[in-house]
Amino acid sequence: MMKVDRTKMALQNPEIRQKNFDEVALGYTLTEALIEASRCLDCKSPKCIDACPVRVDIPTFIKEILSGDLTKAYHTLYKENILPAICGRVCPQEKQCEGACIVGIKNKPVSIGALERFVGDYSLKNDVIMSEYIEENDLKVGIIGSGPAGLACAATLRRLGYTVDVYEALHEFGGVLNYGIPDFRLPKDIVKTEINRLKKIGIKFHKNIIIGKSITIDQLLNEYKYKALFIGSGAGLPRPLSVPGENMTGIYYANEFLTRVNLMKASSFPYSPTPVKIGNNVAVVGGGNVAMDAARTAKRLGAKNVFILYRRNMESLPARLDEIHHAQEEGIDFKLLYNPVEFIGENYSVSQVKVERMDLGEPDSSGRQRPVPTGEFEIIDIDSCVISIGQNPNPIIKDATDDLEVNRWGGIIVENHQTSIPGVVAGGDVVSGAATVILAMGAGKDSAVKMDEYITNNS
Amino acid sequence: MYKIIDKRALNKDVDLMVIDAPFVAKNALPGHFLIVRVEEGGERIPLTIVDLDGGNVTIIYQKLGFSTKRLGEKHIGDTIEDVVGPLGKPSHIRNVESILGIAGGVGAAPLFPQLKEYARRGTKVDLVIGGRSQDYLFLLDEYKEFCENIYISTDDGSLGTKGFVTDVLKKLYQEKNFDHSVAIGPLVMMKHTVLLNQKYGISTDVSLNPIMIDGTGMCGNCRVTINDKTYFACIDGPDFPGEGVNFDELIARQVYYTEEEHICNLRLVK
Repeated sequence: MMKVDRTKMALQNPEIRQKNFDEVALGYTLTEALIEASRCLDCKSPKCIDACPVRVDIPTFIKEILSGDLTKAYHTLYKENILPAICGRVCPQEKQCEGACIVGIKNKPVSIGALERFVGDYSLKNDVIMSEYIEENDLKVGIIGSGPAGLACAATLRRLGYTVDVYEALHEFGGVLNYGIPDFRLPKDIVKTEINRLKKIGIKFHKNIIIGKSITIDQLLNEYKYKALFIGSGAGLPRPLSVPGENMTGIYYANEFLTRVNLMKASSFPYSPTPVKIGNNVAVVGGGNVAMDAARTAKRLGAKNVFILYRRNMESLPARLDEIHHAQEEGIDFKLLYNPVEFIGENYSVSQVKVERMDLGEPDSSGRQRPVPTGEFEIIDIDSCVISIGQNPNPIIKDATDDLEVNRWGGIIVENHQTSIPGVVAGGDVVSGAATVILAMGAGKDSAVKMDEYITNNS
Repeated sequence: MYKIIDKRALNKDVDLMVIDAPFVAKNALPGHFLIVRVEEGGERIPLTIVDLDGGNVTIIYQKLGFSTKRLGEKHIGDTIEDVVGPLGKPSHIRNVESILGIAGGVGAAPLFPQLKEYARRGTKVDLVIGGRSQDYLFLLDEYKEFCENIYISTDDGSLGTKGFVTDVLKKLYQEKNFDHSVAIGPLVMMKHTVLLNQKYGISTDVSLNPIMIDGTGMCGNCRVTINDKTYFACIDGPDFPGEGVNFDELIARQVYYTEEEHICNLRLVK
């Protein structure tokens, strides 16, 4: 058999794209998609499906692309994953489906994510949907949070016939898809269109309602008579570095920085009245997707010198491979094996960061080599810093709900998605701490099944 | 969309507005705040819930920046894009016999629901209220309904003592004692009030209104250092015991976007 190399996706030129917020990766053409689809071996016992948190039937949708039936390919995807255009863009495929792909043993794996995106985009551009007959069961369920977990849970329950209300604290829907992930990685009109599609299948979305404040869990159950609730309120609480000087001006948590730009459109200031100020020399602390997003956003806002401070080495960066490569192409500097220990400045305005050089020691519980302090320090001039070392679960619901059990980080304790309150399930980052879009969607989907079981057994 | 039920000017810079927002009102308590976004694409503005009536919430705002000026352009019957709340922790109403409320400028608005709640619980309430001039004092009639004594200061001497609230306090503490106090106003005023009260052994609660975006603990913009520990004003506050608050840091954080605020305001100059 002729060996075909993995088809590269066209990208916006790095010189140009670091000055705009348009999408970086441009997607496959039909020809490219067909070539890439032809690389799938259609294995007898495919490993990719098991490696997908929502168990998309990958070989089937790829075969359907090859046969030219993109609508059918979309239906195959949609059955398991309601947001293929989004997941094709933001999933860490190298750790999931593509990591398990048999082609990848000797060659580069099939570009499953790019193919998923291709089909998802085809559906959005051509208004192809999967029309399903929904038989109403007139049972009310409530979903708290309109991020990936909540959306997946809502769609699954709606398709089973439930009356579904989704409650969102912010003024726009989508959770982290909206406030967290920048336009150059996930254009916001995709999120809007997907949510409109969910509205069309009858899911009701309510903005500006903070569960735990505007309405409590107890009120939802006893006053509003929801049969079951899903908590998918995400990991919205920034994790601090806890070093001296952290509260000086010029030091942002990634949530604030990205929310200003993504949700509040600070990049269009003053047309958009919410400002953001970043200066020329920007340190971004952390090595995950959020850190990459923050660094690349800072560059696009005009910062001349943006660098990542990460306490381990290149191989340990938890971000998606594509994002790391794209950041490098855009001139983001990676200062590896550095750990910030203090912010320095006058009048509460940051001007320098003191960093400690790290070594790598024995592997820790994550399997990665543990960073070990060396006692050698450096001082770097900065105008601002974005701290992106993770988020903890948002505390509002737990603070307002006495009988909801949480762990020491504030994560809701669940057993097979069931919380300590009967009829209330939870999933996504509010349980796991900050993870990925697709893991949250998987949890939302599984939680929906759990809610359906609970309601069936209790009625 | 949230309908404006009532609106009136309290002075040339400050308006009172009543908005129909049943999900904000449902569980609101004294000390809670809300966030309004006047229009699509607008800023999120945190404001104290001054009063509640069924599904209606009352806010008081100073038309200082671009977005509050836009809010001021709205009329009775118009709608506001977003109103969300109640946010924050309700005020910690202490079990005391006498309390002194200290209001500076527009701080008279967030102080109102707290003092009213103290009065409702039978605490003796006195008030010191200060402003730029007589025209800038507001809610005096409403405060008179439950305050035993009201002491006034104005910067220009047009009403009451000429000077700041701290000038009134120094005199007042010579003759009267209070179990506790609540001071709300500009950061500099709260800072000096807390320092003065400490000298006289009077504890002071303050209400902080730092820059914030979501108001739900997400962004961390509203962080404040109290006794070397970091708190988020949106979920841990906005009320805190004033003694350990690092006011100087807060002032620096408050003025971080002053230049941008000015640039944005230029948009309103036609």
